Amino acid sequence: MTMQKVFARPPTLKLNPTHYCPGCGHGIVHRLVAEAIDDLGIRERTIGIAPVGCAVLAYDYLDVDMVEVAHGRAPAVATGIKRVRPDRIVFCYQGDGDLASIGAAEILHATHRGEPLTVIFVNNAVYGMTGGQMAPTSVLQQVTATSPQGRRADREGYPMQVAELLAVLPGAGYVERVGVHSPAAVRTAKKAVVHAFERQVKCEPGLSLIEVLSPCPTYWRMTPAQALRWLQQTMCPVFPLGRLKG
Amino acid sequence: MNEPTDRVLMTGNEALAEAAIRAGLEAYFGYPITPQNELTGYLAAHLPPLGRVFVQSESELAAINMVFGASATGARTMTTSSSPGISLMQEGLSYLAGAELPAVVANIMRGGPGLGNIQPSQADYFQATRGGGHGDYRLIVLAPATVQETADLTMTAFDLADRYRMTVMILSDGVLGQMMEPVRFREYHRPELPPKDWAVTGAQGRPQNIVRTLWLAEGMLEQRNQLLQAKYRRVEANEVRVEAGQIEDADYVIVAYGLMARAARAAVHRLRAGGVKAGWIRPISLWPFPSEIIGRVAQQPRVFLTVEMSCGQMVQDVRLAVGGQCPVLFYGRAGGGIPTVDEIVGQVEKLALPAGGPR
Repeated sequence: MTMQKVFARPPTLKLNPTHYCPGCGHGIVHRLVAEAIDDLGIRERTIGIAPVGCAVLAYDYLDVDMVEVAHGRAPAVATGIKRVRPDRIVFCYQGDGDLASIGAAEILHATHRGEPLTVIFVNNAVYGMTGGQMAPTSVLQQVTATSPQGRRADREGYPMQVAELLAVLPGAGYVERVGVHSPAAVRTAKKAVVHAFERQVKCEPGLSLIEVLSPCPTYWRMTPAQALRWLQQTMCPVFPLGRLKG
Repeated sequence: MNEPTDRVLMTGNEALAEAAIRAGLEAYFGYPITPQNELTGYLAAHLPPLGRVFVQSESELAAINMVFGASATGARTMTTSSSPGISLMQEGLSYLAGAELPAVVANIMRGGPGLGNIQPSQADYFQATRGGGHGDYRLIVLAPATVQETADLTMTAFDLADRYRMTVMILSDGVLGQMMEPVRFREYHRPELPPKDWAVTGAQGRPQNIVRTLWLAEGMLEQRNQLLQAKYRRVEANEVRVEAGQIEDADYVIVAYGLMARAARAAVHRLRAGGVKAGWIRPISLWPFPSEIIGRVAQQPRVFLTVEMSCGQMVQDVRLAVGGQCPVLFYGRAGGGIPTVDEIVGQVEKLALPAGGPR
């Protein structure tokens, strides 16, 4: 009986072991991006942007041409790339501090201009790289290094709902929020990521953004299993999953 | 009847824009700010019909990062602004230096600090010649004195940026940007330049290219810095640009750049007519600075006077170059004030006349 290989590493995902913490969602999201690129056969015409944050070394794991940029500026850099190379597939990989805080203006205006980019926005409700500080997406009562008594709306504001915020702009072509907290959720996320790339391949108008709810057990101070439950029980009600635009 | 001519009357800002187009500018990104708006206006009108890119960015911060992206793909790209906007771009300039990406940036300087005013100024000399942002890096800084030279140096800037993979800044001011003069655009020939095999274009038939500035492994960043410094030494050896006049017998040497160099030359003319032996030196490249020629001129006993539209910035480089061999004096005005020819002549006469010349 011959054995058939039914599950393999996507070629775009390099063999390097990642530096991510146990239970971190970045590894899953990297794999989804790599699978989407390989499913669509676009590896040789894709240019990726790595953020500042935990995913800054994304180019060590994704085997495509990549640019590492200043904190939050990925959508501006991507605009520069896509405008001069409109036939290339350009994607930004950004975290919540990067996209929703320091880079709020850049993502808002790239969306506003309708730049045909693919943005993978990984929301783990915390700054990971710098040691677990409060993010714009930290939920109420969430204890972080800079909200040690828990986030309070009257002091630190409410968690920022980025997907909803951007979806209202006419320049947003496709906006969906997904999670990576269960096998079913990952399968849905895969479809969304593929669609976000495919729209660019098909030259469909507007920016495509996938907000991915992703666990950070280290700075949520949880086990990986607890983190997945917390994501589902605490994050999902604040950041409802589903397609918001397109 | 007028004879046909290839000379055109243009503002400095328009000439800079037109020269950039002729030098193969593929993508421009900019944000409105006075006194450089003629530049963005000209490029908005002229780039898209050529099938090239014009984007009005949401901020100067975004503009310099769009330049970063376009440059990373190998395109010739530029942004322009004026002093407060250039301050916002310092983050991007540091990253461009770290990533060794070529770019052309023009600063049409205005008065500061803060929002300042929209009068001409030369008060961004320190910022331009010391890198400006964080980390050990340099920009090549070129300072035109006429509209014609603005056009010529802009073409040169693109070649230098590509040759050395670094930012070249055109340091101009609100007067040079806004005044009209006749200009003749030289035919642009692209010199032989290193291939941009580092560019991100999609990894087709080659290993991935990565444009990056982060080097975490022990010793790597120090090595990167050493490479950058070796490059900067090559620039210092090869790219000094300077002009001088009536130096040989000069008792008084006026050092000035850009608009102030024109006033300095006029002052030297007047002083010579009055029997005062004056000469002038005009640094064209502010970095690399023409220290060697200034140091040589200072080997004879003379008095140096540096004139700037600032409270005294380039004068520090002149003092370093003179190295204590001669006195170095300064005259400047700030916040939009422009030293006049009369004032410069007066500064020298004050020194020259009582004793009939230097001792």
